[in-house]
Amino acid sequence: MKIAVASGKGGTGKTTVAVNLSLFLVDAGLKVTYADCDVEEPDGHLFLKPKSGLKRRVAVLVPQVNPEACNLCGKCGAFCRYSAIVVLKEKVVTFPELCHNCGVCAYVCSAQAITEVNRYIGSVERGSAGKLNFISGCLDIGQAISPPLIKDVLKETPDSGVTIVDAPPGTSCPAMTAVSDCDYLLLVTEPTPFGRHDLELMLQAVCSLSIPKGVVLNRVSSPDTATEKLCSRYGVSILSRIPEDRLIAEAYSKGLTVWEAVPGYRTLFADLWSRIEPIAGGYMA
Amino acid sequence: MRVAITSQGQSLESRLDRRFGRAAFFVVANTKTDEFTVHDNTQNLNAAQGAGIQAGSNVAGLNVEALITGNVGPKAYAVLKAAGIRIYLAPGGTVAESLQRFKDGLLEERLSANVDGHWI
Repeated sequence: MKIAVASGKGGTGKTTVAVNLSLFLVDAGLKVTYADCDVEEPDGHLFLKPKSGLKRRVAVLVPQVNPEACNLCGKCGAFCRYSAIVVLKEKVVTFPELCHNCGVCAYVCSAQAITEVNRYIGSVERGSAGKLNFISGCLDIGQAISPPLIKDVLKETPDSGVTIVDAPPGTSCPAMTAVSDCDYLLLVTEPTPFGRHDLELMLQAVCSLSIPKGVVLNRVSSPDTATEKLCSRYGVSILSRIPEDRLIAEAYSKGLTVWEAVPGYRTLFADLWSRIEPIAGGYMA
Repeated sequence: MRVAITSQGQSLESRLDRRFGRAAFFVVANTKTDEFTVHDNTQNLNAAQGAGIQAGSNVAGLNVEALITGNVGPKAYAVLKAAGIRIYLAPGGTVAESLQRFKDGLLEERLSANVDGHWI
């Protein structure tokens, strides 16, 4: 079972929820994988301090043109939706950084002049933090397209047990890639106009995915009727409210998990799981 | 010599379009005869990405030796260079004025992009 922890807005507490929920599930005796799909700024390892295992480079396939075989027919350029390959009168020019790796250029090339070659975009690292299985993706500096790397991180997650996916913030391709194959979607927000605004964007973005979802409201210091109204308008429940607590902020500032540093909140993550688990597939039964 | 000029309209009196990839039109003029043709580039106006590349490819198909425009980014430059088209940057004014400046040798040839890409 895969549970994605996502948020329209950055900095709402996705990693805090993902990490502490993972630690609760390990404590409950489950086989758990934490998968950091926030590949542009992965930081789950700062909390979990995993023992590093295997690290491998990830590549996407981009076209390489053999000018001697190419008959300049122009089909590759005509089919490319991203202007990543352009056929001029005497030569073909490619822009690998624009390529979305669909392979249509090589497919339509009747002269077999196009070979798909590796272009490295990042790495995936596996490790373990105690009994927790840890996987994390890291996009290379300068790369602009992260979904292929996110897919690679997700490919490494096991089919059995529970996987907690720490999704990238936002509502565009990286976030959608991380959440679209999950069994449950946990949306983290904060009681501010910004948190609400971006939560609504996220609720709109995921409405066509038939994934059950719930909201975690983080840093709560007083009742927040605006967020409650928003959630009821979209038919989603607020499953958990994490209080605005200096002890949590201090633990965070030292890179410590709430689970370790503020054990009084352990029941909060147990309660959260008790709201998710029956809907996400009755895994514990 | 055939020269392409990025233009906001369809005549020699139209304003030079300082954008290359998302220029409204390309006016192709013959520097000897002053005859000209107009080529639409509006399909690139709303392109999500690669407007400069497509515009470069379109201009390459117009059989010109040189391009006069306001700005050129790195990917458009790469396509134009590969197509052997020389690039001259004009400060503004009309298409006719830009063409005259070119004929008078007042425009300097550009040997690299003069603006950054902005595709994402």
